[in-house]
Amino acid sequence: MKRLPEITDKVKRNLIWKSIFRRDYRNNVRDRAQAIFGNVFLHLHPVQVRESAVKLRFTWGMGGITFFAFITLVITGVVLMFYYHPTIDQAYTDIKDLEFQVPFGVILRNLHRWGAHFMVIVVMIHMFRVFMTGSYKAPRQFNWGIGVFLLVLTFLLSFTGYLTPWDQLGFWAITVGTNMGAATPLLGYQGPFSEYLHITPYNDVRFALLGGAQVGGNALLRSYIWHCVAIPLISIILMFVHFWRVRKDGGISKPQK
Amino acid sequence: MNPFIEIITQPDNIAIVIMIIMVTFFMVWAFQQAFQNDRLLAAGLPVDGEKDKFVDTFKPLVRIELIIAIVVMVGLTVWSIAVDAPLEEIANPTITPNPAKAPWYFLGLQELLVYFDPWLAGVVLPSLIVVGLLAIPYIDINPKGNGYYTFSERKYAIMIFSFGFFVLWLLLIVIGVFFRGPGWLWYWPWQEWDHARVVFEPTKDLTSLIGVDSRSLPGFIIGALVVGSYLVGGMIAPYRYWKKNNPELLAKLGIVRYVTIIFLFITMMSIPIKMVLRLVFLIKYIWITPWFNV
Ligand code: HEM
Repeated sequence: MKRLPEITDKVKRNLIWKSIFRRDYRNNVRDRAQAIFGNVFLHLHPVQVRESAVKLRFTWGMGGITFFAFITLVITGVVLMFYYHPTIDQAYTDIKDLEFQVPFGVILRNLHRWGAHFMVIVVMIHMFRVFMTGSYKAPRQFNWGIGVFLLVLTFLLSFTGYLTPWDQLGFWAITVGTNMGAATPLLGYQGPFSEYLHITPYNDVRFALLGGAQVGGNALLRSYIWHCVAIPLISIILMFVHFWRVRKDGGISKPQK
Repeated sequence: MNPFIEIITQPDNIAIVIMIIMVTFFMVWAFQQAFQNDRLLAAGLPVDGEKDKFVDTFKPLVRIELIIAIVVMVGLTVWSIAVDAPLEEIANPTITPNPAKAPWYFLGLQELLVYFDPWLAGVVLPSLIVVGLLAIPYIDINPKGNGYYTFSERKYAIMIFSFGFFVLWLLLIVIGVFFRGPGWLWYWPWQEWDHARVVFEPTKDLTSLIGVDSRSLPGFIIGALVVGSYLVGGMIAPYRYWKKNNPELLAKLGIVRYVTIIFLFITMMSIPIKMVLRLVFLIKYIWITPWFNV
């Protein structure tokens, strides 16, 4: 058997390896920088960061954890989509099939469900941390605003996902939630002043949300599309603006006095 | 089984238990660091992080990110192996569960329905929460406490935010999850849910306390005066107080900021006020109009 260093040496001189990593990594300033900006994912980061960005006690890593939860949800969500039809006839039995037919279907669904709860929890804690360190103050006011939209989107992501299993829990949670839309002033049929705009259950906000006057097939399709396509897309765009701004605003905030 | 154990071990409620634990942990950690920095500030010493140097991103930061990712992944996997996501009966529009609860993070808002009509609890107040959060960086003009934990330098900002976050948002969620049963009635965790229970609470409207029918014209006028003087008085009182005691602050804030801050603040405080009126004095509405009730 050859010794390990010899093997690694050989691998590193291999044509394929070299085409991927381009150059050898020696632990010097230049290569440490190259490791960051030579990598499309890592180069979200600057080459050097302040110590507080590395110490857990300042950020708690909460923004990063939120992002990680999101990635987990995208991956498990895409796999779930292979097994799911957003129709009243099939949605519920598809979920049942996950339980009894699909290999690892239960754990797949569990990961997506608990990951979603987890993301909502950590995004709130992230906001609390940003508030407590005063990191919304100049020059980061705008990024706080992006964050508020991300918070709302996180709630909406979870909310739209609630209906997809088409069980009693989701059905009534969405019914309760969207009934609030009917109470919108001017635009909901039960809201104040809506009669002056001739608003009825068939043309109000709630109708637009549900694609009907009741939670039914159209509502299922709508929530599915918001949940799997529209809101994730908007969130991803805003997340990248968010990360970009963290850098452009001078990195993780440091004491300014 | 003990109903309390039953409630907190319901699969979806485990998330709330985890939330309570995490939020408490980070709350303590944040305030502990804040007080620690406050002591340093009082002694004229640099706060935590002020003397920070730069380090390479590769590997210290990349390493810790990887470790966190692994820890979170392991945690979620263990959680997913240990607890199965529930699936209830197939959706059935003819069978209404009692209570029908919104998703847990909206239960604070659902709880507000006890105290406010839906257009306020479900539409206006949530919108104002978002507007208020967006406004925070622009209305908080205190330049201190930027980039480090501190309490002493931002007492009021932190107290107001914490009240909103911990009490009006999180505590109401916990109440909605653990203490609300059929008919949205209050149940202690050790009480059995009773679907036949009705509680007759003879609620009245504010004006009927002084013997005026709240649906009559005088009732309408009195109600309007009460709501109006809360808004106008709430707007003017801090102005007069600061004018006397802290005119520089007023000058720095300017009129737009002042009005925004006070409007958001009195809106927020209307929630605990309405709660006390309802729970202690059994008052349902303060002002009844042909279009809406407050
Ligand atoms: C999907 C949701 C979100 C993701 C993925 C996210 C991600 C991140 C990440 C990775 C950071 C870097 C520092 C850290 O980890 O703390 C960060 C910083 C920041 N976030 Fe978020 N965030 C989200 C939501 C929010 C929310 C809800 C707010 C506030 C309302 C917010 C405001 C900020 C601000 C102001 C910073 C800069 C903090 C500093 O420089 O110290 N973000 N975010």
